[in-house]
Amino acid sequence: MDISTYTTDAPPPTPRPTETERKRAARGATRPGDRIFLGLSRGSGILLLVIMAAIAVFLSYRASLAIGKDHGNFLTTFEWNTGLQPPVFGIAILAFGTIVSSIIAMALAVPVAVAIALFITHYAPRRMAGPVAYVIDLLAAVPSIVYGLWGALVLVPHMNGLFGWLNDYLGWTGIFSWDEGAPRSMLTVGILLAIMILPIITNVSREVFRQVPQMHEEAALALGATRWEVIRMAVIPFGRSGVISASMLGLGRALGETIAVATVLSPAFDIQASLLNPGGGTFAQNIASKFSEATPFGRDALIASGLVLFVITLLVNGAARVIIARRAEYSGANA
Amino acid sequence: MAKRIDVSGLTAYYGSHKAIEDISMTVEPRSVTAFIGPSGCGKSTFLRTLNRMHEVTPGGRVEGKVLLDDEDLYGAGIDPVSVRREVGMVFQRPNPFPTMSIFDNVAAGLRLNGNYKKSELSDVVEKSLKGANLWNEVKDRLNKPGSGLSGGQQQRLCIARAIAVEPKVLLMDEPCSALDPISTLAIEDLIGELKERFTIVIVTHNMQQAARVSDRTAFFNLAAVGQPGRLIEIDDTERIFSNPSVQATEDYISGRFG
Repeated sequence: MDISTYTTDAPPPTPRPTETERKRAARGATRPGDRIFLGLSRGSGILLLVIMAAIAVFLSYRASLAIGKDHGNFLTTFEWNTGLQPPVFGIAILAFGTIVSSIIAMALAVPVAVAIALFITHYAPRRMAGPVAYVIDLLAAVPSIVYGLWGALVLVPHMNGLFGWLNDYLGWTGIFSWDEGAPRSMLTVGILLAIMILPIITNVSREVFRQVPQMHEEAALALGATRWEVIRMAVIPFGRSGVISASMLGLGRALGETIAVATVLSPAFDIQASLLNPGGGTFAQNIASKFSEATPFGRDALIASGLVLFVITLLVNGAARVIIARRAEYSGANA
Repeated sequence: MAKRIDVSGLTAYYGSHKAIEDISMTVEPRSVTAFIGPSGCGKSTFLRTLNRMHEVTPGGRVEGKVLLDDEDLYGAGIDPVSVRREVGMVFQRPNPFPTMSIFDNVAAGLRLNGNYKKSELSDVVEKSLKGANLWNEVKDRLNKPGSGLSGGQQQRLCIARAIAVEPKVLLMDEPCSALDPISTLAIEDLIGELKERFTIVIVTHNMQQAARVSDRTAFFNLAAVGQPGRLIEIDDTERIFSNPSVQATEDYISGRFG
């Protein structure tokens, strides 16, 4: 069927466009500027996929070399002895430590970040909001190693009081019991990670909350909502998917954080029921601590653990997308 | 249930800029009063002083008195939040909460005011949607998002949301200016029905609309750009459109300026 019969304001019939020309016009790629931009954006998209695929292939290949020779179960073994003959190593401890420290970090950071973002966008007087936002931005600019040093030299010595208190009142749970060892434990790591991921979650949430249309807030106000009720009815639901995305960015950083964890944690290949006693480890920390002294085979084994971290990160992001998509028709984007 | 509004000597500012000056008028209960006038003359600002929404704008403040029956909305110890629960508002652009279902949109105001049983909420939601002439169109999809409705339906949803809390007064700020003629007609019919129960004040740029829906019409004007808006006259709609007592009103209505 000929489309041009349906367009009333079509230009006078110059030579009829060929099939390819018409397709190109439909994509908006007839003028040089359009063509260049189309090429650039498509190229960038393809490049991104290629890089992801390259990483996946590299990780899988090197990992398969190591896992094939593993005499333990790679997923459930607690030890990491790549030097033994035959080698025995597994990621159970690392997966546990990575997930636990990230959960602690998220549990501490997300509520605080959302509260700061709401404060900056909806409570703080304008003269104060700017400086507060600036300081949060500065936090994001501090390098990991500085957080690590600060954690080891300042945070760790100051954890004794908190750990003692937790042990006194919550020690019976097992999770918060403490043998009075150096507090280089999962909880300390989690607290440090929380501080590190706070700025990114705050900043993204702040942008989302700032974009809540005035008319939705006025709708709530006109119904007789207090300031908090406006935030509960109009602001938080509108920003919900943005806050989830922000949290995922933070979680990504917490899962992969290397040097700060390696500086603070006193690792050991055992599972601690208590978050307060030292021990455990994370994927990234383990790779950083062992990589420089590892044999080629040891490196492949470490890369195998990196592959697992890669997969965990993909799963977490996928889960977040599902959560956001399930509520898509209620999203603020429909406003 | 509907209440009388009695405004005296009301002046409103945005920071140091005086937006409207010395406005006094009385709005009878169960009537429709239309505000007309050129852009920037302060109609909307004045409307927003009637439910204390003006002061939400940074720098917004008000002098003068607004009595709702005998209670001064700007009196000492009056909480603006409770004022807005008595004086409902419908905005220029339909603004249902995009994150809520149709049902939750209508129930939103009730949920602010206290705990209701699910069955009580359902009753009020049904009654309000019927009151807004929207029930038949949405009764089968109450749990769908309000943002899926057409513009006119969304605006009626907003009216249902506003009347669900049984306000004493309903303010409408150009409620049809974003709507097509058929949706506009639906809203105008609805206004005729709602005035049996509420005191209604409507800002409109459409003079035919003012003539069609209102009992009384107030004409606002400003001397020059940057000058505060003033109430030129308020009278029965019929009289304003046939034989206004001020020349400026006649000029505006007959299209000679503005």
